[in-house]
Amino acid sequence: MGLFSTKGEKDLKIILNLFITFFKIGAFTFGGGYAMIPIMEREIVENKKLIDDEEFTDMLALAQASPGPVAVNTSIFIGYKIKGLMGALSSLLGTVLPSFLIILIIAVFFNDFKNLKIVDQIFSGIRPAIAALILSSVVGMLKKGDNLSKRIIIAVIVAVLVGFLDISPVIIIIVGGLISVIMNYFKIK
Amino acid sequence: MPILLDLFISFFKIGAFSFGGGYAMLPFIEDVVIYEHSWLSTKEYIDILAISEMTPGPIAINSATFIGYKIAGVLGSIVSTIGVVLPSFIVVSFLFYVLSKLENTKVVEWIFQGIRPIVAGLILAAFISVFNNTIADIKAVFISITVFLLVYVKKINPILCILIAGLLGIILY
Repeated sequence: MGLFSTKGEKDLKIILNLFITFFKIGAFTFGGGYAMIPIMEREIVENKKLIDDEEFTDMLALAQASPGPVAVNTSIFIGYKIKGLMGALSSLLGTVLPSFLIILIIAVFFNDFKNLKIVDQIFSGIRPAIAALILSSVVGMLKKGDNLSKRIIIAVIVAVLVGFLDISPVIIIIVGGLISVIMNYFKIK
Repeated sequence: MPILLDLFISFFKIGAFSFGGGYAMLPFIEDVVIYEHSWLSTKEYIDILAISEMTPGPIAINSATFIGYKIAGVLGSIVSTIGVVLPSFIVVSFLFYVLSKLENTKVVEWIFQGIRPIVAGLILAAFISVFNNTIADIKAVFISITVFLLVYVKKINPILCILIAGLLGIILY
């Protein structure tokens, strides 16, 4: 089964399952798109084994090269992969619905939400946790596969380019793809 | 132009032209909702960002829902949210379709060989930015190390880790 072929089952259960899984992921994704990577990895790759590690990495790359929120793009890709158009729609709905509902409730009922002390306390705890979760994704991702030192060097270079020199991830992904095509074409090792 | 159509088009534009997700989208959102349309004052916009940081979900969706509701009620929030995710849906559908046709060709495999190692670096960059903005005191360092050990060594579910971290926040702060 290739990366971009969808599995054939016409099963409402799979579609519902995708919705519930991504609803869970959407409900616990604090601090922007990257925070959902460890949660998605655990739910989709490790627990449910819907896709494997390499497929997950490929979809993350594509999601970052596409416009819009990375979490949304990744959920659409995974939805397509697992159950075609219906899978993509239910994954998208699952990802978006928690934030939509929570923001709507806050907008309607809690004018003073951001000044609530308890909210501030909870968030003071969650923010450093997000940093730890993201770091665990990086370490986990680097440890898989061979040629560890080469992959660490590439990761550090990319992080410096994006984090300190403000170069767009889209450009880095396109250039990385191009370099690989050229090197493979001319058989440069 | 009717306000709903206006909201839809504006958030469609935000979704279509902001790459890199998350904080990369903020200047673009700011431009459209504050300067182009005067839908929000700078202060209201900063409030929305604060709320977005405290609630789950992509910041673009949080802003779209909130601003849509403020401008045109529940219908406004629905229209804005659909507007901001529609470009993603169209582009990802197109990419998926094209790649499923080209799959197993050498060139596509080469492209992925090139971009796979980059992904870890992009996430590392996200870590650095989150780390810089959050690790402000010794309690934060403690929470961060605890959660890392729980999720990486003990393999505790990340969702449970977030709940534990929220509880630690109430106890420690």
